[in-house]
Amino acid sequence: MNLYEYQAKDLFRKFAIPVPDGAYFEDSEHLSWNKFPVVVKAQVLTGGRGKAGGIKFANDQMELKEKAREVLGMTIKGLKVKGVLLEEKLNIKKELYVSVTLDRSKRKDLIMASASGGMEIEDVPDSEIEKYWVDPVIGYSGFIGRQIAMKMGLNQDQARQFQDIVQKIYALYESYDCELVEINPLTILTDGRIVAGDAKVVIDSDSLFRHRDIPDNPADRTKLEELAYLRGYSLVELDGNIGVIANGAGLTMATLDGLTLKGLKPRNFLDLGGTDDVEKVVGAFEILKEARITALFINIFGGVTRCDTVAKGIVEAKKRVGFSTPIVVRLSGVNEDVGRQMLKENGIGAYSNMMEAIEELKKVVG
Amino acid sequence: MGIIVGEDTRILVQGITGHQGSFNALQMLKFGSKVVAGTSPGKGGTEVGGIKVYNSVEEAMKEGPNATFISVAAPYVLDAAKEALYNDIDLIYILTEKVPFHDTMKIVNLARSMGKLVLGPNGPGATTPFSCKLGIMPNQIFRKGGIGVISRSGTLTYEIVNLITESGLGESTVVGLGGDPVTGMNFIDALEMFKDDEDTEAVVMVGEIGGTAEEEAAEYIKNKFNKPVVAYITGRSAPPGKRMGHAGAIITRGRGTAESKVKALEEAGVRVGSYPHEVPKLLKEVLG
Repeated sequence: MNLYEYQAKDLFRKFAIPVPDGAYFEDSEHLSWNKFPVVVKAQVLTGGRGKAGGIKFANDQMELKEKAREVLGMTIKGLKVKGVLLEEKLNIKKELYVSVTLDRSKRKDLIMASASGGMEIEDVPDSEIEKYWVDPVIGYSGFIGRQIAMKMGLNQDQARQFQDIVQKIYALYESYDCELVEINPLTILTDGRIVAGDAKVVIDSDSLFRHRDIPDNPADRTKLEELAYLRGYSLVELDGNIGVIANGAGLTMATLDGLTLKGLKPRNFLDLGGTDDVEKVVGAFEILKEARITALFINIFGGVTRCDTVAKGIVEAKKRVGFSTPIVVRLSGVNEDVGRQMLKENGIGAYSNMMEAIEELKKVVG
Repeated sequence: MGIIVGEDTRILVQGITGHQGSFNALQMLKFGSKVVAGTSPGKGGTEVGGIKVYNSVEEAMKEGPNATFISVAAPYVLDAAKEALYNDIDLIYILTEKVPFHDTMKIVNLARSMGKLVLGPNGPGATTPFSCKLGIMPNQIFRKGGIGVISRSGTLTYEIVNLITESGLGESTVVGLGGDPVTGMNFIDALEMFKDDEDTEAVVMVGEIGGTAEEEAAEYIKNKFNKPVVAYITGRSAPPGKRMGHAGAIITRGRGTAESKVKALEEAGVRVGSYPHEVPKLLKEVLG
């Protein structure tokens, strides 16, 4: 789960990582700020807000109010700006980069730093990035920051501040179950101080049970995804018109791929998961009823999820949810014969083979 | 022979009195696995389908388990895995999904430093027909044969194993790595084992978007692997930045796309199917 910059900087303060003076507001009528010049930063969960005009400067109260109102009304890459973070304007001498993240392949924590900050780290040549892999069982130690600072060519005073920051962002990464803590730019000011210009924190959603102080950001999800999320379904919204229900993330993805390869456009990813509950199937129909679909494709390989349960759920849903769009079903695995028979009796076509089912769907939607 | 699990595997089920634990303990027994004990703190002295239940792993060790099936709730997985490691269990399979990855990282790094093997989390386990099933794969989809299967998925694995079986071929061992960003085993770990397994003639890799494990496996196959490999990769139609169900299945910053995986595998001489049902056909071609 991505945090907004203002949330990330609140966490930084908690760990005594230096950040600029700042305040967060969600409407432009009640701004309280008296340090000018000021930077008005759009709070939105996407990159590239600067290029989109989401970062503005103001020199007095009147200008601030005007700029804040402007930014608050913006939509950046389809996302409405949630609020503005006001911050003192920094006198920057140099920009650095530092982050801690997970290296999936090496199964270690990875600290990255560069003397070339301010741009996307992907655009920095590998030779200008210092890397250190930390074994999570052994943990961080002071020499790591020292070693990186020396390789980056920082002077003694800068190195001292930098090491302190690296140690603290690792502590934040570890204690808040982060996937990423990134400071870009990490700014060296003209007065010599090093301060976090930006702050990006991504927390592992599966760990939220032990971080009650972190609010769940529904802004990560679309309206339909939020509806599904609240009811306990794993749904991802796509831009096609064929509704999809399948079981298991891998099979659901394979279903989307199969449809796409045959020229059909899926509306969604919906993984029913391992369930033996008729109501779970009915609930999926209720959600997809809100999704403006022209046909529904159901692909089940029965194991824990039995085919007869799914068939029962489909019949039940058709009655209760009032589903009028055409439905094509593929049922295979545990109790498939009973399931297909049940559907047939209720006038719903069912196949044992996924490809045959997709061909039938193609005919149905023309 | 097969890999990871076999005749010698003696299974302990941690969390055996839970819904998942008890159901799967009995399914494993039915398959022919040796399920020797279970644990459930406070329920020691009871039984689940004839399997003795103990209060702790330490007590259960008298039944001689060397592998464990962990199906406790996500917040308690780290504790359960440490309990198994402290008692010198060699193979730790974690069924539980939504385990915080920082916990998984600790488990995996600890286990590696102790020379132990971790399978999962959030995967279907490993099955060697018909000597041992450690996990939750459906019992009825297997036939004994020469195909090793490695997959990051669950249901899709069953679909593909079922297709292999229906085509008349059979499996040496089916390995479910798990759908999380960090798992105990990756493709290369399993390939290294299949390389030396006499029963395995060819390998099927079922990969998905996210991470670079398939690309790294392709490099390994090109340089060090000695048997034919067939692959299927899901997530070709997935948009960047959206997690497709599995925590690990996400395209971030342009990395982990299906295209890059297919390309790397094909360059390593791997035949990659566009649909699951092409896998058996490709297998027959590579086996001649």
